[in-house]
Amino acid sequence: MEFLSKPWPWYVAGPIIGLTVPALLLLGNKRLGVSSTLRQICAATFPGKISFLNYDWKKDKWNLFFVGGILIGGFIGGTVFPNPEPVQISQHTTELLRELGLTDLSGLLPQELFNWKTLFTLKGFFLMILGGFMVGFGTRYARGCTSGHGITGLAALQWPSLVATVCFFVGGMLVSHFVLPLILSL
Amino acid sequence: MNNLKYLFLGIIFGLALTKGEAVSWFRIQEMFHFESFHMYGIFMTAIPSGALGLFLIRKMSLRSLTGELIEVPTKVYHHGIIIGALIFGFGWALTGACPGPLYAQIGGGYLVTIVTFSAALFGTWVYARFQHSFPD
Repeated sequence: MEFLSKPWPWYVAGPIIGLTVPALLLLGNKRLGVSSTLRQICAATFPGKISFLNYDWKKDKWNLFFVGGILIGGFIGGTVFPNPEPVQISQHTTELLRELGLTDLSGLLPQELFNWKTLFTLKGFFLMILGGFMVGFGTRYARGCTSGHGITGLAALQWPSLVATVCFFVGGMLVSHFVLPLILSL
Repeated sequence: MNNLKYLFLGIIFGLALTKGEAVSWFRIQEMFHFESFHMYGIFMTAIPSGALGLFLIRKMSLRSLTGELIEVPTKVYHHGIIIGALIFGFGWALTGACPGPLYAQIGGGYLVTIVTFSAALFGTWVYARFQHSFPD
């Protein structure tokens, strides 16, 4: 089971992620796109009188099974067989994060930032609540996320997806370089 | 159950995201600082593998197991792509998660990310509610 506790190199993880696109099409003519499940869950729970949420979400029930699988995959890879070593990020990034005040770089997320206590501070509000809100809001506004635009759209050579992916990275770079240091200094 | 095959595929996809560390907040910061090839290696192998699969599907006019003729996905441009994608990028850098990893982080035992996930649901709901007030 060593292959489950060790991290996978990019040339193993990347092709598996990419081949999910044709695999879903071959299995049932389905399109890879995770952010649409957020809309589905909203439609299933609090649709109100919102036209965008009143649609036949059950028709895409397969996608809820798919994201249920992602959760189980995360459970197997992160909880049952976690990597005992910290993520091998570059020396530069390590130094940068230490300068920003992080001391514990183990696990998949910095546990000194992502915990229940921090949640009720301004720092936690920005990182988890505002951050999460922008992920859900932005992906729906852009009609796709990293999987729908970044992988599926680019693999299908769709130029609007290239625009989206470039903007994902521009937004991420701006916040990671200029905003995150401010939030971590709170 | 017909949908179990999607559950199975999701498990493999989630494992690749988790073991490939694409769900790691640390990897995402490293990526946005261009300090390692790792995440770019994932994208640069994922996209051509998917493209090759789509090319073969089209070339051989393959049908799905369910018997339908496969339509290769298309994406239509609207200005919201730029605005929405930037906003999502902001959130990606803060949470270290795009929507797929939101699920994987919860499964990975970081239970507080249930809050991040719920906030993402709320963000989607607010977009849905006020969709017509935003420029498209």
